Amino acid sequence: MAAAIEAENLVKTFGDVRALDGVSLDVPEGTVLGLLGPNGAGKTTAVRVLTTLLQPDSGRATVAGVDVLKHPNRVRSLIGLSGQYAAVDEYLTGRENLQMVGELYQMSARDAKKRALELLEWFNLSDAMDRTAKTYSGGMRRRLDLAAALVVRPPVMFLDEPTTGLDPRNRLALWEVIETLVEQGTTLLLTTQYLEEADRLAHDIAVVDHGKVIARGTADELKAQIGGERIEVVVHRPDLVPEAIAALTPFAKGDPAVEKNTRRITVPVSGGAKVLTDAIRELDARSIEIDDIGLRRPTLDDVFLSLTGHATEDENAADEGEHPAKKGRRGHGKDV
Amino acid sequence: MTTALPDAAIGPVPVTPRRGVPAMLHDSWVVAKRNLRRMTRIPEIVVFGLMQPVMFVLLFSYVMGGAIAIPGATPSHEVYIEYLMAGIFAQTVTFAVAGASAGIAEDMTKGLVDRFRSLPMSRAAVLTGRTFADLVQTAITVVVLALVALLVGWRIHDGFLKALAAFGLLLLLGYAFSWIGALIGLSVRSPEAATSAGLIWLFPLTFISNAFVPVSSMPGWLQPIAYWNPFSATVQACRSLFGNQLGPAPDVWPMQHAVLVSIGWSLIITVLFSWLSVRKYRRAAG
Repeated sequence: MAAAIEAENLVKTFGDVRALDGVSLDVPEGTVLGLLGPNGAGKTTAVRVLTTLLQPDSGRATVAGVDVLKHPNRVRSLIGLSGQYAAVDEYLTGRENLQMVGELYQMSARDAKKRALELLEWFNLSDAMDRTAKTYSGGMRRRLDLAAALVVRPPVMFLDEPTTGLDPRNRLALWEVIETLVEQGTTLLLTTQYLEEADRLAHDIAVVDHGKVIARGTADELKAQIGGERIEVVVHRPDLVPEAIAALTPFAKGDPAVEKNTRRITVPVSGGAKVLTDAIRELDARSIEIDDIGLRRPTLDDVFLSLTGHATEDENAADEGEHPAKKGRRGHGKDV
Repeated sequence: MTTALPDAAIGPVPVTPRRGVPAMLHDSWVVAKRNLRRMTRIPEIVVFGLMQPVMFVLLFSYVMGGAIAIPGATPSHEVYIEYLMAGIFAQTVTFAVAGASAGIAEDMTKGLVDRFRSLPMSRAAVLTGRTFADLVQTAITVVVLALVALLVGWRIHDGFLKALAAFGLLLLLGYAFSWIGALIGLSVRSPEAATSAGLIWLFPLTFISNAFVPVSSMPGWLQPIAYWNPFSATVQACRSLFGNQLGPAPDVWPMQHAVLVSIGWSLIITVLFSWLSVRKYRRAAG
């Protein structure tokens, strides 16, 4: 499959901050790449370079086979962009916003109007279409912003933290839309700080930290990188710990870990549910009383923690995008 | 959202972007429509934009009119309003700077400039559309201001056509200054800063001129600056065209050729600042 998005060694510095420190990416046609990383990792800067909004200091990139630096205007006609800040005109109605975008894509006024109505219906905004966007809720604005990115059918889409700050219901609704787009064959680059989002939507994940891609693979490959499954047992009394370890040792693929105060024993295993049943039988045969037992697979959170040494949200402010005081920085590219 | 309409999900195939002047004019018109619509949604901006010059007319003519000596006449409210109006008109049109700078700065911070920059549209259109909408607003303001001035005793003495030419010069100056506003809006970090940055230098510019007092009353070293001020040329030209010039125009070249100098300055400012602004827009946000 041809690469719909290709980036080679992108570098961008703001003052002495290396927002992009040699980022290379490729996204095969019709797939979804999740760019995963905390705030300030360089995700947004990468998107801004690929969508022609920002000139990199060095490196090259193509989108749908067109060179981003040499033919930016051709790239613009092939992409849709929707960001974490819903970029809609709050003093225009939902319909006027979409119609304006359509006309700027060189559609006739009539086609732009028709397309706007279609999109408003799809995004459940028909009832609100003649109200100014100022009166919309955060979720509605985000939907309108995504609709604006879909006025024409862009073969390549960039979604920059599309669900940051949204409630679970709106998040789920946006995920469904995104999945529909991917089914239609759209190539998608998605940035997110939510591991769950990358896990659900992305075929491939690139973990970004401090302007570098520090890991790349499918969600499963990344999880495998930091080790497989573990059985976690919580025994009823502290004095049962040694015997429980003895019972679990035959199944262990490595050294067991014990947390004394919680009476929790963690043993690396392989073999899935079968091992878990066997382990339960063995513990039961030895009459070891347990409070809890489970098979635990690593989550992307574990992956992130083990790769970066910090959790995804510790530079936090998942809702930073909604914070008016921070907005001023955005137009000047400091928001990496 | 689960009931996806196939049509909506598929959508039209993007077309190759057009190029050249027709595409630029089309895109500018789309952006101008947007800005004009906003004006109707936020009428406060237009109303407050009107109140300020009206207030200036009343304050200057009634409070200061009796004290300021105009060559060739005894100080009075009636004489001063004749002298004053060209200056007030010119000051009003230059305040278009504030509208353009605040509007563009707001579009920058709200992410709309990013939206526009990611679209296959003309690189100049966001700015030309904005300055065109500002021009419409300026024209409305000038008409209302003229009506108020007529009520308080200002008169046109040399016929409608010359007055129309004067209004043309004023709008040209306003259009030129809105491009200065565009550059300011692209350069500052917040709409609030844009408003201050848009206005602060306008005060010395409009006061070190012939707008409110005769330049001959200023210290000698300041007089050439005041006479060559782009603002003074338009004021002098309008004063002559409205027939508000009492006695001969000051005997310095820019005042003797005020119409020419006014057009020249407006064109120079427009060309220079539109070039700088479009260049800045292309590289906006980094």
